Amino acid sequence: MYGLGIIKGLSVTWKRFWDTYIDDISWAVSGKKRYRTEEGVKHRSSKNAKGIFTVQYPEEQLIVPEEFRFLPILVYDEGADGKKEVRCTSCGICAKACPPQCIWIVRSNDPVTGKPVSTPADFYIDADICMNCGYCAEYCPFDAIKMDHNFDIATTSRSVYNLEKLLKPASYYKEIRPLNYAQEEADRKAKEAAKAAKAQAAAAAPAA
Amino acid sequence: MATPILTQTVDLVARFPGMVTADERPGYSGFIVNKENLIEVATVVRDEFGFDLLSSLTVVDYIAENKMEVVYHAYKTTGGAGLEFKVQAERVDPIEIPSLTGIWHGAEYQEREGWDLYGVKFTDHPDLRRILMWEGFEGHPLRKDWKEAFYEEEIKPYKSRWPEGKHTFAEDRNPFHDNLNLPKDFDPEKYVVDKEEDLYASLERHTMKDEDGKMKTDSVVVNLGPHHPSTHGVLRVAVTLNGETVMGLKPVMGYLHRNHEKIGERNTFTQIIPYTDRLDYFNSMSNNFGYVTAVEKLMKIQVAERAEYIRVIMAELSRVQNHLIFVGMLINDLGSMFTPAFYVFEERELILDIFEAVSGSRMMCNYYRFGGVVRDVSDDMLQKIKDLVFERLPTKTDEMERLLNENELLVGRLKGTHVLSAEDAINYSVTGPVLRASGVPYDLRRADPYSIYDRFDFDVAVRHNGDMMDNYLIRFDEIRQSLRILEQALKQIPQGPINSQKPNYQVKVPAGEAYGRIEAPKGELGFYIVSNGKGNPYRYHVRAPSFVNLTAIEKMCVGTKIQDFVALLAMLDIVMGELDR
Repeated sequence: MYGLGIIKGLSVTWKRFWDTYIDDISWAVSGKKRYRTEEGVKHRSSKNAKGIFTVQYPEEQLIVPEEFRFLPILVYDEGADGKKEVRCTSCGICAKACPPQCIWIVRSNDPVTGKPVSTPADFYIDADICMNCGYCAEYCPFDAIKMDHNFDIATTSRSVYNLEKLLKPASYYKEIRPLNYAQEEADRKAKEAAKAAKAQAAAAAPAA
Repeated sequence: MATPILTQTVDLVARFPGMVTADERPGYSGFIVNKENLIEVATVVRDEFGFDLLSSLTVVDYIAENKMEVVYHAYKTTGGAGLEFKVQAERVDPIEIPSLTGIWHGAEYQEREGWDLYGVKFTDHPDLRRILMWEGFEGHPLRKDWKEAFYEEEIKPYKSRWPEGKHTFAEDRNPFHDNLNLPKDFDPEKYVVDKEEDLYASLERHTMKDEDGKMKTDSVVVNLGPHHPSTHGVLRVAVTLNGETVMGLKPVMGYLHRNHEKIGERNTFTQIIPYTDRLDYFNSMSNNFGYVTAVEKLMKIQVAERAEYIRVIMAELSRVQNHLIFVGMLINDLGSMFTPAFYVFEERELILDIFEAVSGSRMMCNYYRFGGVVRDVSDDMLQKIKDLVFERLPTKTDEMERLLNENELLVGRLKGTHVLSAEDAINYSVTGPVLRASGVPYDLRRADPYSIYDRFDFDVAVRHNGDMMDNYLIRFDEIRQSLRILEQALKQIPQGPINSQKPNYQVKVPAGEAYGRIEAPKGELGFYIVSNGKGNPYRYHVRAPSFVNLTAIEKMCVGTKIQDFVALLAMLDIVMGELDR
């Protein structure tokens, strides 16, 4: 019969139409909230999602995974007296690895000795040019530059970020990337322990 | 199981003494053919040796040796290794090289590209006009002595970034500001587009046919696009119409051209990877795959075992979501707005969630590295992929088929329209699902296996009518085969390191050339790379399937109705990021 295929197709649409309501009602009956809760958003992006997928941005937002990358930040450790200990040593690897070349680093010299000091005098990232590839974070040997999670940054002007704007505390980094942070801390501790052991062995060797 | 690679070597030197020499530059392979004998040799290559598919045609500018070289890569659609041959010419204008469009029609657009970007005049080409640059453009931008606007330095990394990197805007950095190279007496204020006669003339030549004197009717030239909701971006097509029948058709492209290849030649090898994401932006995983395959060929390195599996899993997931979008967009273009498109987007969302979790970005993945991938896939994530592949995607594919396959309106629109025969498809260098729908079971995963595809049990999807309906159905076949590969890969994936190399932002690539190609969802994606041993590729060419597949569009359209053209454009599955490069 002509039109049977269309009817068959419409049965799919019909089923999906009801799916949303069935899902909604079953959530309501069990006392859970399908909308505007983390649980609800998670459910709607899982394999069991039925019916409407839509996440009502900006009231709701998708939960971004840890590896999500959007614009770099510079991490600093908080010193004992609240001093910002910038991890960056202005070695320039990120600026060299950057594909669109959007990183500018000003290395400063010690006014007395004339030798380069490790903390950068300034650090610019042209956020309009940045392609969010994550190479800077990937190749940084000091875990100093990391990718942010904050993506609602729409502005009406050009965004060139300087050192002040880029600096974020390590606690913020820990918050957005807990697993990476833990791994790096563990690696660093292991490295320090190995170094200490080596130093100890070296100190012990001449005595023996 | 895997087809054995035909290792029969072709010795052109023995067949054509005096006309052909072997290419003996270190790291190079193939043959150098005398310019005068090119047609003769190419005919024999196709007819006697059976290399019926011209995969890639590109030009390299060896400015130091004062030579311009055209590189051809021909393959057999029955599978096996390819044949590479080259023609060299003095780098003195006009550089003339015979056109091979008479032998492989698939050379047509690629030769136009060679003329446009390198200024190589392909003699006897039926329609040698600029293809990517605009009509009034001066110069040939891929030549080594041509410098782009905002030119800073020959190669990256630029010295101005570190250690004294005071930020400046690009337009202030350059003393010539936008550094436009305008033709003499050119006044932008007074510019009217008047160089389009060539385009319309090319249409006339192809189309104006005598109407046996009965009734005189004028054909109408219609420009579809560049801004048209169904052209999938900024593609313009100039069509001559006789009533509703297409008499002639020429695509006009380049509106999204950014000279990806020039950017690539400025970049280091590693820096190119995120740029390849932007080619076919639906399948950044596949693009990465193609590029790293080519460079790994040059570097002669092994890929870590676990990484091979991860690569295959990601590439196949990418294929599934590409074909899902294809179906949604095809139906969208046919007039059934939104419902099927949104249904497939739901599944695509779930796949993109996986990409985001492993790579950090939904579409611009930048996930593959030379020797492996950038980071491991956690067990949680593998479980998520398994849930999708084993449970959700098969049922959802069935549901999509139930929704659409028997729909009388869809079948009526698709069945029997725009038939492309197998011979034409091969001759026009069409690859991918479009070629397979014409009855040619040519799939690189089988025909010339790369990575670890020879370990999986799957069928090459093939349909035989070559019409739109087959082109539509074959995507579902391919999704099912991809799911089969995914199931096996997910079961077999071993533990282990994910990269055989140490992470390094500056890789050492030995001098030489390599052509790496993979079966991307849209067709054969090839990367031709020439390295001179330095940090940047000397030549970086992308053989984009969207671009080459478009060569056949005129052949498929002439004599059909203009309404169906929109569907055809969707069916060719072009994406402008890759087409315009």
